[in-house]
This record gives sequence, C-alpha cells and structure tokens, in this order.
Amino acid sequence: MNAELISELGLPRQRTWRARAVSSLGPLTALAATVWAIVQPYRITLLHPHDQGFWWLVVEPPLLVFAVGLFFHFVVVRGLLDDLNDSDATSR
Amino acid sequence: MQPPAEHVHWLFATGFVVLGLCLLGEAIVGTEVWQRRAWRAYLWPTVFFALGVLMWPVMTFFTNSTIHMLAHGTWAEVLMIAGATELALVRGKLVSPWWRLMTAAAFLVSGAAFLVHEQNAWFFQRSSFLHHVMGWTLVVAAVVPLARCVRPRSVAVGSAFALTFVVLAVMLYCDRDVAPVFGRISPTVGAPHR
Repeated sequence: MNAELISELGLPRQRTWRARAVSSLGPLTALAATVWAIVQPYRITLLHPHDQGFWWLVVEPPLLVFAVGLFFHFVVVRGLLDDLNDSDATSR
Repeated sequence: MQPPAEHVHWLFATGFVVLGLCLLGEAIVGTEVWQRRAWRAYLWPTVFFALGVLMWPVMTFFTNSTIHMLAHGTWAEVLMIAGATELALVRGKLVSPWWRLMTAAAFLVSGAAFLVHEQNAWFFQRSSFLHHVMGWTLVVAAVVPLARCVRPRSVAVGSAFALTFVVLAVMLYCDRDVAPVFGRISPTVGAPHR
C-alpha cells in the first residue's frame, strides 16, 4: 500500500480523538455540576430561597460550574471544532 | 452588601474553572488551532488578567490584618503581570516562550502568600487546611509553567497546567468560613454553619 494513503488513513482517527475530547469537556463539566448538586443540595439555595441573603442566592457553586460548562460547549467548542476540521483538511 | 469570604472564594473558583477548561481545550487541539480566532486566543489570558484586577477589591474590603492585605495585594500584582505577559505573547509583543516564567513566578509568589498569610495550623478548621494545601500545591505546581517554557507544544504539560487550575478551583469551592476538616475543628473558631 502507498505510504501516503496510510498517513491519510491515520488522520481521521486523530481528528476524531481530539474532536471527541474537546467536545466532551463542557458536558462533563455540566455532569460534574449536576452530581455535585445532587450530593450537596443545600448548595442550591434556589431550592429553598426563603430567608436567604443576596449573595447566597447569587453565588450557587454547582449552578456556576454548570453555567461554565454550557458556556464552554456552546460558545467556545462549536467554532473550535470548525477550526479543527479546517486545520485537518488543510494539513492533508 | 459585602459578600461573605467563602462566596468570594467560590467566585474566584469559577474563574479558575473557566481558565482550566480553556487551557485544556488549547492543550487538546493545539495552540495553532486554538488561536485561529482572535477572541478565543485572548480569552484565557484576559480571564487570568481580570482575576488579578478583581483581587484589588478583595485586598481593599477583606483586610482582616496587614498580612492579609499584603497577601491579597501581592496576588493581584502577580496575577495581573502573568496575565499581561500571556496577553503580550498572544499579541506577538513578546516572542520568547521564556516570558512564561512570569506565570511560574506568579505560582510561587501566590503559594508563598497562601502559606504566609494563613496564621493557623493545618487542622484549625477547613479554610486553614485548604490554605495550607493550596499554598503547597501552587509552590510544587510552579514547575508546570516552567515546563511550558521548555516544551510549549507538549499536550501533557499543557494538560497539567490546565488541571492545576481545576484542582485549585475544587479546593476553593471546598472553602467555608467556619467548617470542620476531617471532623476536626478548633473550639475557638465558633459554631460551624451549613
């Protein structure tokens, strides 16, 4: 088999690994936040908002982590995957 | 309207999670791909710099003692210097990867500040324990940005750099104003709350 063809076969596998890894970061972060919220529900003061101060209602760590996961997935990763595909296409 | 100290720790932890995710993304896809869009290239250095800027209000409003004020002020300075250096590297104003030594210096200084400004023993209460752990973590982890100077394209080093921020974020999220650590708490601390 032509060595050039073998190197082309190797590229999609590498691209898939990188794309899968970077795509999983946001969902994994959101999943970790969900598990955390289940394990420590008292950290979510929205579940029992009465008599809570301003900062206790604003700063709810599991929700913050969840929001970061969503931001990374929907804002950062989408364009990043396009650029990763473009980079792989030009390198071929 | 001043937030409790634990909430400030959690807000900074969130900034560290953003840093960790962005750095992990950059380590996985490579710097060339990560920097294809300008806003993405500037994202994590800007967050790094912003965390330094936000340390100034912490220094101003959480002045429990002179040593606290000095520690928070020092963090503000080194975070801003390290963030500005990373911004200049992205912009191309600085070229040599050895400028990343500023981040190693920031880790060392931050670790030393954690250790110096924690006046209580390890098992006094949870925040004391975490301050000691975070201090030593930062001192030891200073080798990671040092390794980034030597091997700036290494996936392993980039991932280690990212995970350092994730680990620090977990520690900051564990921080409470008054809470036991491994079931221990000094009787002089006061009553633990939720």
